[in-house]
Amino acid sequence: MSFSYVTQSLLGGFAFTCLLFGLTLIMSIPLGLIISFCSMSKFKPLSFITKVFVWIIRGVPLMLQIFIVYFLPAKFWGELNRYYYFTYGIQFGHNGAGIGTFIAVVIAFVINYAAYFSEIFRGGIESISAGQYEAGKVLGMTKTQIFFKIVLLQVVKRILAPISNEVITLVKDTALSNTVGIIEIILQAQLFTEKAIWPLFYSGAFYLVFVGVLTLLFGYIEKKLSYFKA
Amino acid sequence: MAYLSIENFYKSFGKTEVLKGINLSMQKGEVVSIIGSSGSGKTTLLRCINFLETPDNGVMTLDGELLFNSNAEKKDGDMALRNKRLNFGLVFQSFNLFPQYNVFKNITLAPTLLLKDKIKAYKKQLQEEKLSRKEISSKIATFKEAEKKAIDKDAEELLEKIGLTEKRNSFPCELSGGQCQRVAIARALALKPKILCFDEPTSALDPELTGEVLKVIRALKDEDRTMIIVTHEMGFAKNVSDKIVFMADGVIEEEGAPKDVIENPKSEKLKTFLHGVTNKDGE
Ligand SMILES: Nc1ncnc2c1ncn2[C@@H]1O[C@H](COP(=O)(O)OP(=O)(O)OP(=O)(O)O)[C@@H](O)[C@H]1O
Ligand SMILES: [Mg+2]
Repeated sequence: MSFSYVTQSLLGGFAFTCLLFGLTLIMSIPLGLIISFCSMSKFKPLSFITKVFVWIIRGVPLMLQIFIVYFLPAKFWGELNRYYYFTYGIQFGHNGAGIGTFIAVVIAFVINYAAYFSEIFRGGIESISAGQYEAGKVLGMTKTQIFFKIVLLQVVKRILAPISNEVITLVKDTALSNTVGIIEIILQAQLFTEKAIWPLFYSGAFYLVFVGVLTLLFGYIEKKLSYFKA
Repeated sequence: MAYLSIENFYKSFGKTEVLKGINLSMQKGEVVSIIGSSGSGKTTLLRCINFLETPDNGVMTLDGELLFNSNAEKKDGDMALRNKRLNFGLVFQSFNLFPQYNVFKNITLAPTLLLKDKIKAYKKQLQEEKLSRKEISSKIATFKEAEKKAIDKDAEELLEKIGLTEKRNSFPCELSGGQCQRVAIARALALKPKILCFDEPTSALDPELTGEVLKVIRALKDEDRTMIIVTHEMGFAKNVSDKIVFMADGVIEEEGAPKDVIENPKSEKLKTFLHGVTNKDGE
């Protein structure tokens, strides 16, 4: 059990961590924006339903949501797992986890994070003064132009800090995927514990580096946006 | 026939009646100042004129064109509303500049966005003329170039007019309140509105910055621009206006030539109001 062997195995697990992280981020941000618009809708039933939805998603542990998405149609995901395993040889875990499992996990993560993001977006959008919208209106802009040309960047600046918190939490939450058998980096490290404990610490280093890079990135964006006050 | 005519504007918010039958008309090139105590409905009237609020009742025509009629069968769509709004410019008390854009971009943003519509219309026109694709795209490129140049040139001229040419690359957070308000005026002028409206343009400013903004407005008056100014600056209103309108409790209580209104008020309410204002000045 050499250092390079452990490194390689952990990197394999880390690839899933990153994949889950990336997919969740790419999909939950636009979905979160849509949800935030729904919850701000003037059509009361829509905003009410959306708010109840957000309450449920934020009120229930992510782990439970993963279980529900995975076990409710367990048969379906299982079929998917087997199909991709037998036709393409794709496998995600030691206990039969495959494409189906992974998709289930991604769905749970996207919904969960979209709900959190939607609240951050809503707060940001609502914090922009009515005067900005009105200035756009009297200058003959369309609603879309007002949102994209005037409001959006100001919102981004204001929500950068809470978003970066959420994104960093996501990095670590990806570990929850191992509860349904996805071999991400922690489960991978855990597989070594019969022989040695140090791979656990090693896996922690991966997280630290990842979060460190993200922190630098968000710091950079913050600095880029510091030229104006909003 | 009046240039702008407003007839019987009514507006309520829930149970509060704010405008209770406003009739106002003005000629082209005139400056009308609106004075009145807080809560009398001055801002609401300006917002109705600028289509930020919809009056519950009333008719408005500008330059012979019917802009608003509360009895109209169908409501205006977004597009129609936008075009109607463009007849007016509005300068806000709190400037509302776009913080992420520099002074120049604040002024050119709206005309640039409108240019996109213009290009679309032009393209359609060219397509109807059955020109080849190549010809269309080259004509559009030329058109776009010329229009862009015109927008930039306008902006430069406006910057000069407000005396902020050196600040063209500054961001709103780097400007004083007076400078911000001058930029806001230039921004509104860039769309060449037929009537420019001001809602207490100097109320958010320190007294020493008020003068520079009033000077710009004064210069606009000298160009014979049509303007409606809501203000608490009595001296300025008297000096710059062709007509002063005194609003109280949602109606126009008194109106007339500046001298008459300020020096010979007839209604009790106006007398009380003017008394209060002069007392404040005397402090
Ligand atoms: N959107 C709104 N919803 C409810 N009430 C409103 C709204 N806008 C204005 N009002 C009410 O209408 C009345 C007139 O307001 P308005 O802002 O037009 O007065 P104003 O003459 O501009 O006063 P000021 O000199 O303080 O600016 C006030 O009583 C105000 O509370
Ligand atoms: Mg007001």
